[in-house]
Amino acid sequence: MLQKRLAALLVLTVGVVIGWAVFASQTQEWRPFKLGLDLSGGTQLVYRADLSNIQGGDVADSMAALRDTIERRANLFGVSEPLVETETGSVLGGNGSEQRLLVELPGVTDTQKAIALIGQTPVLEFRMLKTGVDSLPQDLSTSTISKYFEPASITGKDLASAELQFQGATGALNQPVVVLHFNSHGAKLFADLTAKNVNRIFGVFLDGVPITTPVIREAIPDGTAVISGNFTAEGAKSLARNLNYGALPVPIELIETQTVSGTLGSQAVRSGILAGLIGIATVMLFMIFWYRLPGLLASLALLIYIAVMLGLFMFIPVTLTAAGIAGFVLSIGMAVDANILIFERMKEELRSGKSAAQAIEDGFARAWPSIRDSNISSMITAVILFWLGTSLIKGFALVFGIGVLVSMLTAISVSRTFLIALGFEVKTAVTRFMFGSGISRSSKLEARS
Amino acid sequence: MFIIRYRTAFFSLTGALVALALIALGAFDLRFSIDFTGGSLVQVTYPSPRPSAEVLHSSLDAAGFANYSLREAGTNDYILRAGTMTAAERAALPSTLSVKGKYLATIEQQNEIGPTIGAELRSKALLSVALVMLCILLFIAFAFRKVSKPVSSWVYGLVALVTLVHDVIIPVGFFAILGHFTGASVDTLFVTAVLTVLGFSIHDTIVVFDRTRENLRLNQEHNRKEDFADTAGRSLQQTFVRSINTSLTVVFTLLVLFFLGPASTRDFALTLLVGIIAGTYSSIFLATPLLVTIERYRTKRK
Repeated sequence: MLQKRLAALLVLTVGVVIGWAVFASQTQEWRPFKLGLDLSGGTQLVYRADLSNIQGGDVADSMAALRDTIERRANLFGVSEPLVETETGSVLGGNGSEQRLLVELPGVTDTQKAIALIGQTPVLEFRMLKTGVDSLPQDLSTSTISKYFEPASITGKDLASAELQFQGATGALNQPVVVLHFNSHGAKLFADLTAKNVNRIFGVFLDGVPITTPVIREAIPDGTAVISGNFTAEGAKSLARNLNYGALPVPIELIETQTVSGTLGSQAVRSGILAGLIGIATVMLFMIFWYRLPGLLASLALLIYIAVMLGLFMFIPVTLTAAGIAGFVLSIGMAVDANILIFERMKEELRSGKSAAQAIEDGFARAWPSIRDSNISSMITAVILFWLGTSLIKGFALVFGIGVLVSMLTAISVSRTFLIALGFEVKTAVTRFMFGSGISRSSKLEARS
Repeated sequence: MFIIRYRTAFFSLTGALVALALIALGAFDLRFSIDFTGGSLVQVTYPSPRPSAEVLHSSLDAAGFANYSLREAGTNDYILRAGTMTAAERAALPSTLSVKGKYLATIEQQNEIGPTIGAELRSKALLSVALVMLCILLFIAFAFRKVSKPVSSWVYGLVALVTLVHDVIIPVGFFAILGHFTGASVDTLFVTAVLTVLGFSIHDTIVVFDRTRENLRLNQEHNRKEDFADTAGRSLQQTFVRSINTSLTVVFTLLVLFFLGPASTRDFALTLLVGIIAGTYSSIFLATPLLVTIERYRTKRK
């Protein structure tokens, strides 16, 4: 008995410690909950990457480069903790190979500004004049580029940096130029390209607009190229900056936006917390009113369940969304289900004349198959939703799924430990009342036994 | 057990509810949200008083918006639903909604979904519904593999399936009515709610059937002869309180979520509420009575 009571004390202590840790971490802002954009306010943008000019093997590389570029750009503009992820479109709906870029900008609540921040970045391309086209065509424009030029082996993602320099034959006429420095991979490609194509025309295009179309005079082995368009100093400077911070390796197209203002988000957080608290209180009151002593213990188990869940949210960490909070509040209602199954079973065992300890033991054992089966069906739903869902649905499914698992554990282990530790015998009228249930008089236990 | 005795009356009630849901579905078409159709949704708020709908309509028309719908929300908000916006329309949106600066418009929420994403979400939703149904079917078949007398296990599965169909039709029909009066539309959250209801409801039905299975086994062990209707009725009696209580705690939390919870999950909570009540109803008043009726029919034929 002492051992069992110690176990109960241990469970209680662990629960209190977790609860305190969660509370302390939030008030000290030591490890705050991760809030989704719909709660913290911000903008989410989804882009489709146009990979039609990229060979199969390079897709992952290009997407990684794209991700890095956009992340750099978001950081450059002072967005705190931007999230930039690549995604593959779903096979369903025929977008199987579609590559997407998901950009989350917390705190940016102006859609237009967010799009401008990410979207208006130039795409740098290198192309060779097709063999057979002798001289530089006169009618070169965005629409005729592919008619005359073919993509070169080197692309914008091979660029390491760009800088503004002034060059001139004599000191008198200093011409602003942009010097491109390729990364080691790019330097090698560029050396090969220039070595193989001496005397061919090479074009540098920015957003489909030709910047310069020089003739390759000789192989350039050192990985730098000089672009000398007819730049003004200002134009060359902004080009260099755009290339440094915004040269996208592949073109992108905006396909989805979601913006939530900070006020709407914090309203959702406040009402979510309120709903959670009132929900917990209602369920606890009901359990104590209907199941009395076991109900009180189940309420304690529920509090431990909540502490464990909040602890998990913090440490996994789970990004909380409005749907996730709804899932959590729902799970509070469902968490006591296992307890209800057990208590109803326990009452029947008591009625058949068993001792309290035996009834508790048998009640738990007999209720277990039902608890297991019923939770499996909820888990199936949660897993499928998580697997297929959008980020919104994933938020719900994750919280709901974790909730089902944890509630099963706390209901079985925690309330059982408590009940056994109390070691009640159904002898006196008081204990009979305590183990009774519902609103009818407690004498029915006596009558049946 | 009165539920078994008066099962015909309950069948009629169930039938009437399902018919009502189907009629609602036929009368008011389900509205689909931009999640599935693609398009844009903008929630804008004004310091009181907000401009009249006519003022906003003419401002939107002037800015070149077409095929949009404008609906009042709360006391100071409007919700604008429109097709996919062009870059120009998007840029002009803040000034359009503030009627060129006459009103102070704050965009609270702005969602845009491209048509390909809409199509993708649509097929994802359909697939997840199909997958959940399939998995639950497999699970039922597995859970009832040992029961065979006097009703074979596939009958349990079939009955469980009938209750599932009931549990889907009721909230969908309810949502058709809700959509007609409040403009609520079917989105990915709605699909999630229906699937969650399926998981919950099947679990309720399984608890009752599980008890029937146990009582049948006990009868066999003790060589007791009992009419199947009585065994089923007794099982229902034993699990009845538990079914109601479990649903009650969930209903409490959903009511709280509906009245106090975040605005964005209000329709979600309501759908769950209706679904959970329908699910509990079907597992008590439809599943076991149906099982008894089928058993009667089969014994008569022999």
